[in-house]
Amino acid sequence: MASSPKLNSKIPEGTIDQKWSKYRSTVHLVNPANKRSLEVLVVGSGLAGASAAASLAEMGYKVKVFCFQDSPRRAHSIAAQGGINAAKNYQNDGDSTYRLFYDTIKGGDYRAREANVHRLAEVSSSIIDQCVAQGVPLAREYGGLLSNRSFGGTQVQRTFYAAGQTGQQLLLGAYSALQRQVGMGAVELCARHEMLDVVTINGVARGIIARNLITGEMEKHFGHAVLLCTGGYGNVFYLSTNAMGSNVTAAWKAHKKGAFFGNPCYTQIHPTCIPVSGDHQSKLTLMSESLRNDGRIWVPLKKDDTRKPTDIPENERDYYLERRYPAFGNLVPRDVASRAAKERCDAGYGVGSSKKAVYLDFAANTERYGKTEVAKQNIHNPSKEQIMALGKEVVKEKYGNLFDMYQQITGENPYEVPMRIYPAVHYTMGGLWVDYNLMTTIPGLYALGEANFSDHGANRLGASALMQGLADGYFVIPYTLGVYLSDEVSRMSAEKGKADSIETLKTNHPEFEKALAEQTALITKFLTIKGTKSVESFHKRLGLIMWDKCGMARNKQGLTEAIAEIQALREEFWRDVRVLGEANEFNPDLEKAGRVADFIELGELMCKDALHREESCGGHFREEYQTEEGEAKRDDVNFAYVAAWEFKGISNWELNKEELVYENIKIAQRSYK
Amino acid sequence: MGSGNGELLNLTLKVWRQKNSKAKGSFETHQLKGISTDMSFLEMFDVLNEKLISENKEAIAFDHDCREGICGMCSMYINGRPHGPKHAVTTCQLHMRSFKNGDTIIVEPWRSIAFPVIKDLAVDRGAFDRIIASGGYVSVNTGNAQDANNILIPKTAADESFSAAACIACGACVAACKNGSAMLFVSAKVSQLALLPQGQVERKERVLKMVQQMDEEGFGNCTNTGACEAECPKEISLENIARLNREMIGASLT
Ligand SMILES: Cc1cc2nc3c(=O)[nH]c(=O)nc-3n(C[C@H](O)[C@H](O)[C@H](O)COP(=O)(O)OP(=O)(O)OC[C@H]3O[C@@H](n4cnc5c(N)ncnc54)[C@H](O)[C@@H]3O)c2cc1C
Ligand code: SF4
Ligand code: FES
Repeated sequence: MASSPKLNSKIPEGTIDQKWSKYRSTVHLVNPANKRSLEVLVVGSGLAGASAAASLAEMGYKVKVFCFQDSPRRAHSIAAQGGINAAKNYQNDGDSTYRLFYDTIKGGDYRAREANVHRLAEVSSSIIDQCVAQGVPLAREYGGLLSNRSFGGTQVQRTFYAAGQTGQQLLLGAYSALQRQVGMGAVELCARHEMLDVVTINGVARGIIARNLITGEMEKHFGHAVLLCTGGYGNVFYLSTNAMGSNVTAAWKAHKKGAFFGNPCYTQIHPTCIPVSGDHQSKLTLMSESLRNDGRIWVPLKKDDTRKPTDIPENERDYYLERRYPAFGNLVPRDVASRAAKERCDAGYGVGSSKKAVYLDFAANTERYGKTEVAKQNIHNPSKEQIMALGKEVVKEKYGNLFDMYQQITGENPYEVPMRIYPAVHYTMGGLWVDYNLMTTIPGLYALGEANFSDHGANRLGASALMQGLADGYFVIPYTLGVYLSDEVSRMSAEKGKADSIETLKTNHPEFEKALAEQTALITKFLTIKGTKSVESFHKRLGLIMWDKCGMARNKQGLTEAIAEIQALREEFWRDVRVLGEANEFNPDLEKAGRVADFIELGELMCKDALHREESCGGHFREEYQTEEGEAKRDDVNFAYVAAWEFKGISNWELNKEELVYENIKIAQRSYK
Repeated sequence: MGSGNGELLNLTLKVWRQKNSKAKGSFETHQLKGISTDMSFLEMFDVLNEKLISENKEAIAFDHDCREGICGMCSMYINGRPHGPKHAVTTCQLHMRSFKNGDTIIVEPWRSIAFPVIKDLAVDRGAFDRIIASGGYVSVNTGNAQDANNILIPKTAADESFSAAACIACGACVAACKNGSAMLFVSAKVSQLALLPQGQVERKERVLKMVQQMDEEGFGNCTNTGACEAECPKEISLENIARLNREMIGASLT
């Protein structure tokens, strides 16, 4: 198989461990005087956007940052709980750049690009250094050194954390670096702004159209480069662990303007989330993977066992992950753990009133911690209660905020009874296709963080999204953007003074006027349909189709049906949606209408991608393609490629393939047994 | 999907409606039936908004995003208390099991001169961003950092710094304060960095600049009523304000 001529991944020459360092020291640079006249638009202020914007402003570029929340600090990255990986080997447990590289490729079920993943592993160490220098209070040992925990899919401890609020602390670090640049006038902040389109001139990205969400005003913004750092699209499923506002609009509009969409069907279903409690459910809450360090997952051995979990004796419990995967036990990767939970529940062993849940039990480890504390404190003949009380203190320090959250939501005390958990949509590995420079197929348009099709192949390992977002923003884009902008400088000097040039016209260029008119018309359209059904109701229906037919397990028939159902839903949406209020005011319902319209179109492409990929890999599980033991069965002969979809009109896409070549890691059946 | 096991409540809601920052607002009363105690407070608002839309009435605008108590976006003043009746719980994490059948619930936006109302229950908290931009950072450009473990930080200092850094910038402290003071918010950031070795170089300058910006934004003075600490969903301690005051004295003396 050869890659499509439309896709040039621009992977540098050289051995895997030298590609990045050589490339970085040979790429073209932009001199400081020119940087001052180059404008960069950064859409998104999460880990990827905030770190990119701050770093680029520090280098001298003129930067504008957009986010739809009221402050850049509220980007969805703030909610990340468990931790961030880095190959520091502080624990002296055999970690290395190579091992992180290897774990990530294997974890992604051999569907990621080697060169990108190796670069990610290489820069991981510098991320921790940068964050600590900014004053991010990561967890420490008593001796003052940084502490680590383990995450799934690895056998080393390389995860850095700040209690269950790692994303919050890392984002606040990047946000403060960003605000420092805002204070110095190097960054212009446009909060409560939503990007509605990319403006391209002769196929090159030149800016965006954004709506001021407070006044409703439609704005044109010019940029020599546009960086989409707009996060993932898990909310296409309606229920997910993502924040309510997370959406695909920026990426989707770029897709419709020519950016190819990579592997849209690769979705991560996280095994440990609080189960759905009723039809009113608006979102699902994650219980961090770090809990699997100390929690044991089980279901009763007997079907329909209605006893209280604490009344079920040890020998009547099925610790199914430990049973099926003795080498990794409770720390298998997410896709494996999620499917195993589904398998037990489908077979009738689920717990709770819905029977769609399994137990995550901390009793054994609480006791173990208690015993250590007892020994530390020299307590002789402690009672069981004393041991458990001391153990609880340790558990509380590690996961207090998560336990509190669980109790708030369920009304149950997880220190006393095991948590009930079930898989939920969490992360999207798919996203805009990018080359090694993080540039999409539209010149001048980049995608960073969860918004790109990323380094995670078909399944992302825990604590690797924060790493990737910050790697892209702090350590990759500052170099790779120069490759393109150094050429821009030549163009600008050639065009200097010409009346009809891009530089002279900027947002007065007819293409800006055209895009503005189109987006304004779209807003008017939403408001004039005056149908009978709410935006929310369409979103819910889309979510149900996606979850049932393009969720944890997929098959040909279901996907084919889903495509037809989504097309019908789209038609009904544009005929019968009811959006109230006005265009020129703060109107959350109108914002949501635009997002749901784009989700509907994306949903169709996801199903199409899932249907065409006749294999199982990572988070993409096709029921037709599984081993006798029910594990995912890849087809490396026919499917070792990135599927990059080109938009050709509504319901019409062309598939382009980027062949995945493994030169350093031997492609193998993934085993965690 | 089941309909849940919660009990069902009938409620009266009095909600503040205000078209924009310039308009005069007023309360609007709504009756809600069959609200499950398993719902979150914002899910109850979702139900209300769906009902309004079905009656061809505009939905109530309110801020929210993560619904996990971490982004700081949600901001409702419920029965006279920011984030409602439960201690250390944000509006989005408040669940209906904290209410009784037949209750009347009054919901207003944050009220403070420094936080103008945008519409209904949504307010503008941009002042907080400007305070951080004035000095709430360590000046370290990307790429300038030393190995992270070269900086040893005693666990107690790291933990204390983390507790201060847990502030979500929701603004409940300002809304709770009769003076509309932002001292708890500002002191949390000042403390986080003052407690760490990385924050020492700019320590004095930082506190002066942040306090100056806070005053310029129109926040009131702190008279130590402690209402902020009582209502803070992240249990940011008043000790931070004491520390800020010490930092101010230290900074002004040089
Ligand atoms: C509950 C939860 C816990 C997690 N825990 C972990 C963890 O422990 N470790 C880990 O590695 N990963 C974790 N993840 C994943 C990780 O948090 C995300 O993948 C990552 O933070 C995404 O960062 P980002 O910068 O790409 O995007 P985001 O943080 O999602 O930011 C998107 C930004 O884009 C803006 N935006 C979007 N669309 C538009 C538009 N049209 N116009 C203007 N602005 C727009 C938003 O305002 C926002 O600023 C977790 C995810 C969830 C949901
Ligand atoms: S100090 Fe507390 S109440 Fe004030 S903004 Fe921070 S988290 Fe909110
Ligand atoms: S919605 Fe994020 S804290 Fe409440």
